[in-house]
Amino acid sequence: MIDFVGKKRWFFLISEILVVIGIVSLVISQIQLGAPLRLGTDFTGGTSMILQFSPPVEQSQLREEMAELGYDKATIQNAGEGNFIIHVREITSKDARELAGELGTELDSQVEITDYYLVSGTVAAETARNAVIAVIIAAVAMMFYIVWAFRRMPSPFRWGICGIIALIHDVFIIAGIFSILGWLAGVEIDALFITGLLAVVGYSINNTVVVFDRIRENVSRHISPDFAETVNNSLIDTLGRCLNTALTTLFVLLALFLFGGATIHYFVLVLLLGVIIGTYSSICISSQLLVVWEKREWRALLPFAKRTT
Amino acid sequence: MRRGNVYLLIFILALFGLALWSIVPVNKLLPPNGLRLGLDLIGGSYLVYQADVSDIEAGNRDEIMAGVKGVIERRIDALDITAAIVQVQKREGEYNIAIQLPAIDDIEKAKEMIGLFTVLEFREQDEEGNWIPATGIVTVNGEEKELVLSSRYFKENTEVTLHPTTNQVLLLFEMDETGAQLFKQISTRLLGKRLAIFLGDEPLRGEDGQIIAPTVEAVIEDTGQITRLTLVDAQELSRVLNAGRIDVPLGRWVEEESKVFEPDIPLYERTVDATLGQDSIQKSILAAGIGIVLLVIFMLVYYRLPGLIACCSLGIYGVFLLATFNLFSSHITLTLPGVAGFILSLGMAVDANVLIFERIKEELRGGRSLAAAVEAGFNRAWTAIRDSNITTFIACLILFWLGGTLGAFMVKDFALTLFIGVALSMFTAIVVTRTFLRLIIGSRAVTNLAAYGVTPVQTVRNTK
Repeated sequence: MIDFVGKKRWFFLISEILVVIGIVSLVISQIQLGAPLRLGTDFTGGTSMILQFSPPVEQSQLREEMAELGYDKATIQNAGEGNFIIHVREITSKDARELAGELGTELDSQVEITDYYLVSGTVAAETARNAVIAVIIAAVAMMFYIVWAFRRMPSPFRWGICGIIALIHDVFIIAGIFSILGWLAGVEIDALFITGLLAVVGYSINNTVVVFDRIRENVSRHISPDFAETVNNSLIDTLGRCLNTALTTLFVLLALFLFGGATIHYFVLVLLLGVIIGTYSSICISSQLLVVWEKREWRALLPFAKRTT
Repeated sequence: MRRGNVYLLIFILALFGLALWSIVPVNKLLPPNGLRLGLDLIGGSYLVYQADVSDIEAGNRDEIMAGVKGVIERRIDALDITAAIVQVQKREGEYNIAIQLPAIDDIEKAKEMIGLFTVLEFREQDEEGNWIPATGIVTVNGEEKELVLSSRYFKENTEVTLHPTTNQVLLLFEMDETGAQLFKQISTRLLGKRLAIFLGDEPLRGEDGQIIAPTVEAVIEDTGQITRLTLVDAQELSRVLNAGRIDVPLGRWVEEESKVFEPDIPLYERTVDATLGQDSIQKSILAAGIGIVLLVIFMLVYYRLPGLIACCSLGIYGVFLLATFNLFSSHITLTLPGVAGFILSLGMAVDANVLIFERIKEELRGGRSLAAAVEAGFNRAWTAIRDSNITTFIACLILFWLGGTLGAFMVKDFALTLFIGVALSMFTAIVVTRTFLRLIIGSRAVTNLAAYGVTPVQTVRNTK
């Protein structure tokens, strides 16, 4: 039998490292770019487009050429197969065509604008505001849901908090990864990023609910006098379900990620990461936190602290 | 109990047959009658302009915006663009005009046409032959004013008819009070001369490329007619005259030091190349195919017989989902994020089945009989399935609201697709899979526990 609970210090350590890396990246990004994540056209306004070069050109060449044409602040992402996603200040579709034409001549390649996207500042501000509101409403709604879902637990508050910590853990890791991608590969977050995040947050919570549900059931069946052992048994009971659901979802998402094309590449990545991290956190974080709380083993949360047993 | 299951099976099969009939052959899914695909899949443009209605009385705005919608529709028609959609959206007292255009070669031309001034001006020739605005001095509300004759003063009933005996094409029009005064002066002065019609600085041209400039043959007051036009030109002219009664600039408001109107620049624009859309469709289908194959293999290897049943109910689920989209195609636009939602919901549809099967396995290991294990499995998995889908529903509702924002309109389709998908998946898991399993177990066709993924050794192990 696998002893999950016994390894909780390792799980906490791994998660703490990941969350800290994420937060550091968010802070660096805040200092360098003025926002914790690189914001896309949806939130900042401006123009973004997919330029298709045939034959393909180098990203560095494109960047140089863009700078020479006065677009030195452009964000350029390589989307593969000669496609680049660029985000510049607002330019009309006419100017965009001119820009593409000039780039084509200078870089000696055929250029096609396959996707042109313009968002005015007012619309972008509204989208950004509404995205924040959506996230807040979602957080509150999920909170209510957790309180409701654990209403029959001995101390619903405690279970709720453990669930929410796992949730925040998931969000920070995903946001951290996208922040790193933001300054490494110019990956921007858009309205679909928020969409993916909310969708997988729901997924992560329901994983946690399934595990907690089983712990509750096993506690009332008195399968073991030791809470840690009860939790461990519950984890093993639900492990098959948790992994298999994650696997079936991952199969289809992975196929979409690998073969689905550039347009929704990062949207699918959010979903993919969310499913993996959400599954991990419901097995290795939220339930372990319950044990820590029950046994008051707070030192287990501290990395490299001495064992208290 | 067994009879109930047979009825349920008949019901499911009938529903399945109906759903299948609605989507087979596959071209029933294709436009124009089938699924409505978003511009990111078929290519095209989505443009949103704000209308400057500051010169229009508040009470008349709704009506006039409906007119502007008509003007734009006519202009788009005039470019031979089919399947375009023009909508007026009222948001916080502002009027937005949203225009969806299919993929066309010359989007710039279309945008130019849409953004053009709506009011037509009549011009006369000066001595050098230049076209200058035809003006007159009229009394409006007791004040004398010099006004240009324009489509503003036409009533909305301009129409084309054929002369009853000569079959000549006639364009009939009526003027309002100011227009009648104006036209009387101008036509008196220009008798025997020509009047051209300008849209902005461009004269209207006929099919032959010549400027449309009818000669004034009589003094025109409150009614008049234009002759010697071809039928096509006359129809076009009557359209633009009707449409050009009010000038509503399209562009957007910009808040700088004060609120300024920027004409011709959209609030929002997305233009996707048709080839990119085609590429996206192919890639999505490929990805979905690979994902589904992996899923089926996994389910069969891991869950055996129940896995096979789950795959069948998954197939039924897929058909139901497509049929639902097809049925509500006027309300659901399938976009690329929507396709991702569809594929995600396939993965999640399996979730409910997995929850149930894991429970059944456990019950079997606990030493229950097959039938009892299946019933217990379903009953105990139900709360988990219900609870776990609630969060997804909550997320979908919030996302649907967020999708009401212009910049995030793709989000709405994802939310809708996922919502429908999850709801249908609950139905297939609870009703379809359960009925199949009950019937198979009831018929005692397969009693070997190995077919359910449980070995006899395991049954002993966990009975402590």
